[in-house]
Amino acid sequence: MPVKEGIYGLLAEFDTPSELVKATIAARAAGYRRMECYTPYPVEEAAEALHFHKNYVSLLCLLGGILGFLTAFLMQTWISVWSYPLNIAGRPTYSWPAFMIPAYEWTILFAGLSTAFGMIALNGLPQVYHPPFNAPNFRNGATSDKFFLCIEATDPKFSASESRSLLESFKPTSVVEVDL
Amino acid sequence: MATKEPIHDPRMIDPKTGEYAVIAPGQTFTSVTELISRIVLTDNTPLGWFFGLAFAGSVAMLLVVGVTWLFLKGVGIWGVTIPGAWGFAIINFVWWIGIGHAGTLISAILLLFKQGWRNSINRFAEAMTLFAVVCAGTFPLIHVGRPWLAYWLFPYPNTMNVWPQFRSPLCWDVFAVSTYATISVVFWYIGLIPDLGTMRDRAKSPIAQYLYGIFSLGWRGSTRHWIRYETASLLLAGLSTPLVLSVHTVISFDFAVAALPGWHTTIFPPYFVAGAIYSGFAMVLTLAIPIRKFYHLESVITLRHLDNMAKVMLGTGLIVAYGYAMEVFMSFYYSASRWEYFMMWNRMFGPMGWGYWILILTNIAIPLTTLWSRKLRVNVTYLFILSLIVNTGMWFERFVIVVTSLYRDFLPSSWGTYKATRWDYMIYIGTMGLFTALFFLFIRFLPMIPMSELRMMLPGTKVSTEAVAEAGD
Repeated sequence: MPVKEGIYGLLAEFDTPSELVKATIAARAAGYRRMECYTPYPVEEAAEALHFHKNYVSLLCLLGGILGFLTAFLMQTWISVWSYPLNIAGRPTYSWPAFMIPAYEWTILFAGLSTAFGMIALNGLPQVYHPPFNAPNFRNGATSDKFFLCIEATDPKFSASESRSLLESFKPTSVVEVDL
Repeated sequence: MATKEPIHDPRMIDPKTGEYAVIAPGQTFTSVTELISRIVLTDNTPLGWFFGLAFAGSVAMLLVVGVTWLFLKGVGIWGVTIPGAWGFAIINFVWWIGIGHAGTLISAILLLFKQGWRNSINRFAEAMTLFAVVCAGTFPLIHVGRPWLAYWLFPYPNTMNVWPQFRSPLCWDVFAVSTYATISVVFWYIGLIPDLGTMRDRAKSPIAQYLYGIFSLGWRGSTRHWIRYETASLLLAGLSTPLVLSVHTVISFDFAVAALPGWHTTIFPPYFVAGAIYSGFAMVLTLAIPIRKFYHLESVITLRHLDNMAKVMLGTGLIVAYGYAMEVFMSFYYSASRWEYFMMWNRMFGPMGWGYWILILTNIAIPLTTLWSRKLRVNVTYLFILSLIVNTGMWFERFVIVVTSLYRDFLPSSWGTYKATRWDYMIYIGTMGLFTALFFLFIRFLPMIPMSELRMMLPGTKVSTEAVAEAGD
């Protein structure tokens, strides 16, 4: 494994979501792009501040639903008409109204599974290791009551001293370096 | 820690609306996290929990014994005969599935309607759904006669070249219930991920940290993750809503598609769904009332929740009452069929008429007269007793539908009766033990109230618009 060098970024801790959003907007205005907020519950304003608008979860849901409907409907048609035709009280083998019910259920099944697994995959999870976990204060707050802004070192504007003074100008509780 | 019921605390009433507060005042991000996670992360498991689990586990042994004997001897040990060929297995299946429906209603439909109060109760209502589906799913599997071949229900390529018959409602049931179980598990697990992250970060023991860490998938609360997560939750809610309505509809087709008086009516799907939600909310109350007392959660499961759940029960109970009235109307007047007429007369005044009147008493007479009173809706003891009454009533509803429609069929010479055997009762009571035991394990090892969703309802949650505007300048 290559030896990792340097730092992942600078992590500022805030007590309220308003301070976090304010700092994020200002840091973006200062030209930073590679940033991430960490919050204990969804803060939509933080996503707006990061200009993160589009996600593809709904598209996956739609595709899953279409796939599920087609799978169930075509499977039933193939089985009932060609593979294993049964005469049930003289009804037509192609009884499409009856096939709609399993097709409806599989539409939901496939759509639900692709939504859930799609969301997890798009988020890059499961990923048990991530650099911010190295920060001493991150795990005390990010999943319970604190709000974090991380400016990542890969940002072209990043500089350990200037970025730190920018973050400190927002009066966070602390600013710490995150090891890789 | 609140040790007393804060009923008379005037702060519990919201001055603007006159309603009870959803969360007691004074709670913060830190305090709700602590309140909920300490139940799981404590070193001192309450003694009551061990007793409860041991008791529920012993009751679940009845299921093990009953099912073992069933597998050895076959379904002949049950009370099913001809013409009463359907008995406890289908009654209990429908009853358990119905109970599960309230969990999905709370987690999905109330989310879409932006009913913030649901956040406190949705996790354990969903857990209730899962465990109810486990109990429900047991019955179709064990009743098939050769349970080791139960997988034949699914369409899978096999060397016999045999496939299921897709025009049968029993085949639709397989699709509906298996989809329902899968989506309920997924929705519940997705909801748990952020809270498992919290548990990982707060756990002291390395084993707990490791396990919560694995199951939280490395959740870190990143904003980009949250946005996708919120989209996925909303979509799953949107998918679960038509799903939950379809599941009991499909189950009602098991009856309604058969050309049998007492079953063959178009009112069954909506009336089954309403009944399912009615019994499900009763079960949520049966579980929530002792839990909030035992774990001192009165500040997050407040009287507002109990009041609202009682209102939902009142509403769905009225739909159920309408269903009963409509059945009587159709049989005695509208159908103009003597078979229908006889079925209803026999249901009310025949040898098993007592079942019908228990049903009317427990499902209609007691709840629908008293739930109008707000004083009774927030009377915790009364609600608890009422929830047990309604659950009994909903079981009798299925009993009446299944048994009294079957045992006196078209030809008097073939009339019979239905009498459940001790094995029927044993397996039924055993599933209640299984349900309770699973629930005890759930409240001990997982956060029973979603912390991340509760945080969103606290006063400090809102991002002040001035802050955003100021920063944007």
